[in-house]
Amino acid sequence: MTEAPMPLWEVFIRSRAGLAHRHVGSVHAPDAAMALQSARDVYTRRGEGLSLWVVPSAAITASDPAEKDMMFEPTASKIYRHPSFYDVPDDVGHM
Amino acid sequence: MYTQGLTPQASEDGNDPREAAFQARIDAEDRIEPNDWMPDSYRRTLIRQIGQHAHSEIVGMLPEGNWITRAPSLRRKAALLAKVQDEGGHGLYLYAAAETLGISREEMVEQLLAGKARYSSIFNYPTLTWADIGAIGWLVDGAAIMNQIPLCRCSYGPYARAMIRICKEESFHQRQGYEIMCALARGTPAQKDMAQDALNRWWWPCLMMFGPPDSESQHSDASMRWKIKRFTNDGLRQKFVDATVPQAHLIGLSMPDPDLRFNEATGHWEFGAIDWAEFRRVLAGDGPCNRERLAARRAAHADGTWVREAALAHAAKRRARREAA
Repeated sequence: MTEAPMPLWEVFIRSRAGLAHRHVGSVHAPDAAMALQSARDVYTRRGEGLSLWVVPSAAITASDPAEKDMMFEPTASKIYRHPSFYDVPDDVGHM
Repeated sequence: MYTQGLTPQASEDGNDPREAAFQARIDAEDRIEPNDWMPDSYRRTLIRQIGQHAHSEIVGMLPEGNWITRAPSLRRKAALLAKVQDEGGHGLYLYAAAETLGISREEMVEQLLAGKARYSSIFNYPTLTWADIGAIGWLVDGAAIMNQIPLCRCSYGPYARAMIRICKEESFHQRQGYEIMCALARGTPAQKDMAQDALNRWWWPCLMMFGPPDSESQHSDASMRWKIKRFTNDGLRQKFVDATVPQAHLIGLSMPDPDLRFNEATGHWEFGAIDWAEFRRVLAGDGPCNRERLAARRAAHADGTWVREAALAHAAKRRARREAA
């Protein structure tokens, strides 16, 4: 017998106030409420967080790692985007 | 999250020019992530290994679950309950890691229930007394930790990340087991005998947990090259023996091995021959509890079927109502 697949959800936790939610893993659940419940049981057994997000995995659009060069390489040559590119007199102190 | 859009690419290992670049990444300690190109044999090896690992966590809940209702105090019961709950969580982290390689949860569960997928041979031994709960935490989890710490640096990112979480959580498991053994070893003569009896029964099966000797292990070479595995079976087994023997002696227990002796020159404990025929027998399905374990998993899965179906139907109905509104 083949089971109907249970939808997949990605789990994000905010570990403390002031930090962003961070991806920690995934759970299977029929709906959002049960995904949240399951994420709480599976990923926060030791006070790992203050807030949980669950997102349907199918809703995530991801870049293709095979195209990472085309996607990200153009920034490598733009060193003028970094503060260390610019010469200023040493006497000016911290800037 | 990575399963969708992932189309396993056919490649005959050894002939694909991408393989050299893949190995170079591994040699440079780069991590492989789900949508990256990988040789089919790397994918297959990981699916098998992570799947077996997940199944072991889930089946591993059974021998210990056997004692939750009979724990000798509320403190022991709360700890055992938390430990068994952790094993369930670990199984779920690992299933999720395996799913990133393109196998579904349902498929893995079906393989386990059909007896096609393996799990650690150790969970086919029975927990006859309370001391077995001490021995499992101390020895089985001790051996598992030895095995798992190097996996935190495994070349496959999702597996390594799951293992980091698991290792952090497991550190309490071994301590709670050793604490149980300490209490029994310090107790009445009957309690001390019970601790020694549990050690006698679990010691050799625990040494088998590291797998066949290096001379016979069929998966080691490729796994080492791919940095899925970083130490050999025999190397990890020796590390475990060296760490564990002094712990037994400290609480007045002895290993059931007349050949065990400390080699001053090498600094290692030398141990007697392992009964590999027993290991193969248990792995092939003929251990003391293989049938009972699979029957328990099948019953749990079958008994939960209506719950899964009802939850899916309820979610579908609510979705349809929302869309109609």
